[in-house]
Amino acid sequence: MSDCTRAEVCAVAIAETFRGDGEILVSPIGNLPAIGARLAKLTFEPDLLMTDGVASLLGNVLPVGGAPGPQPIIEGWMPYRTVFDVVWSGRRHVMMGASQIDRFGNQNIACIGPFEKPKSQLLGMRGAPGNTINHPTSYWVPNHSPKSFVPKVDVVSGIGYDRAAALGATAARFHQIRRVISNLGVFDFDTPNHAMRLVSVHPGVTVDTVIANTGFELVLTDAIPQTRVPSAEELRLIREVIDPKGIGNQEVKA
Amino acid sequence: MDKTMQLSDIVAELHDGMTIGIGGWGSRRKPMAVVREILRSPIKDLTIVSYGGPDVGLLCATQKLRKVIYGFVSLDSIPLEPHFRAARQAASIEAVELDEGMLQWGLYAAALRLPFLPTRAGLGSDVMRINPHLKLVRSPYADGEDLVAMPAITLDVALIHMNRADVHGNGQFLGPDFFFDDLFCMAAKRRFMTCEKLVPTEDLLKEGSVHTLKINRMMVDGVVETPNGAHFTECPPDYGRDEVFQREYAATATDPAAWGAFKAKYLDVADERDYQRAAQSR
Repeated sequence: MSDCTRAEVCAVAIAETFRGDGEILVSPIGNLPAIGARLAKLTFEPDLLMTDGVASLLGNVLPVGGAPGPQPIIEGWMPYRTVFDVVWSGRRHVMMGASQIDRFGNQNIACIGPFEKPKSQLLGMRGAPGNTINHPTSYWVPNHSPKSFVPKVDVVSGIGYDRAAALGATAARFHQIRRVISNLGVFDFDTPNHAMRLVSVHPGVTVDTVIANTGFELVLTDAIPQTRVPSAEELRLIREVIDPKGIGNQEVKA
Repeated sequence: MDKTMQLSDIVAELHDGMTIGIGGWGSRRKPMAVVREILRSPIKDLTIVSYGGPDVGLLCATQKLRKVIYGFVSLDSIPLEPHFRAARQAASIEAVELDEGMLQWGLYAAALRLPFLPTRAGLGSDVMRINPHLKLVRSPYADGEDLVAMPAITLDVALIHMNRADVHGNGQFLGPDFFFDDLFCMAAKRRFMTCEKLVPTEDLLKEGSVHTLKINRMMVDGVVETPNGAHFTECPPDYGRDEVFQREYAATATDPAAWGAFKAKYLDVADERDYQRAAQSR
């Protein structure tokens, strides 16, 4: 365990959220999601489509953070107009951030405090409402604390399972919160009422630490495993091919 | 028809309380020269519709806005637009915050002269709570599905910035994305395009394929050549974002003295030419 970092464990856990996705557009928002998605593409999900973050689909995998790498191979054009079409067609899995997330996976990236006069205005709704109602969504939360894992989000940008259920089966049929990855553990909603469950804790993290840093009651099973650690090949890919500058290790320390 | 005009001619057509759509995206290919011309004018109480960046931030900071209709406001390399944040946190503007796809749908409905377009985006989210004017519509077909009826966002005026244009109002983007600029024009009663460079019509295909001619002259009422007119937002391939300038701009949001100095040096100038001189003499 001492030979890999927490960020590298997170990268693998993020990659695992894309397992089985096949030939769809994945949109990882943020540094570690970008590292994890590229790792998935280089290992078990080679058919994933990914953009360069602007408007080109990349046929090969480039390092994050502008580190030197191979010449980009452009395999297609994906301006925002087309991304929106893909969102509504459902052939996409996004991993967004969440300033707040609650027990049923409602996400807030809009503002902290009341919408009418926020204490802190954040990004705005962005694509979260449309993403969550149309295709699989996962979340990456690099700062797991009672302030980010909250009993009730101040504003619902991305909708969780309780909101989806209230819409009825027809409206909610494309809604899926696949997984939440934090700097402490892996979470899903594979429970009878779709309440958030602790799937695994990252090496070096205790279940008690996760509970103490979560502002609501998590579903806990009897034996909570550790998140799997990177294989030697995955470590090589992360360190030499995907993130030679170690940007992931700046986002999550330990 | 020669549609060339001056920035002052555009602003002469604007009035207090108008709804103005601004093309581009975040801190990318924004018609900043026109925004600056608005800042120098007495116009106020505007409603701005935008995939927002420093256009929204500057109009907030100078109290030109009554209302903003947006999906996000961001400087891209600086994720949160600090002047917009300050205005929101002071509750000094009315905020209509939408999913960014809903914003596209609202413009598209206006462009097609439809009262609304249906979408799933927004269902179940607080977009519906914070925008009580939004209603649902039930599919008249066997599925009977309830969808958001995204109302048309009709614009009085659209402002866009292109890499190249001709005097007739044909416009060309040469960067990676055309964003939603065509929809802004189609949703508006009056449409003004600035460009990096005016070229003869027969030269339009010298720098880009026919697919880059997304703006045709039916969509434009006036054209102004404004070199470096998107500054400090990016306008590839002509130039990238002026990150140093953007950081200076962003830092003024929490420092009234710095804002005063920024405003005096860059905004309270005679015209766009003086702005460009000030920006280049740093």
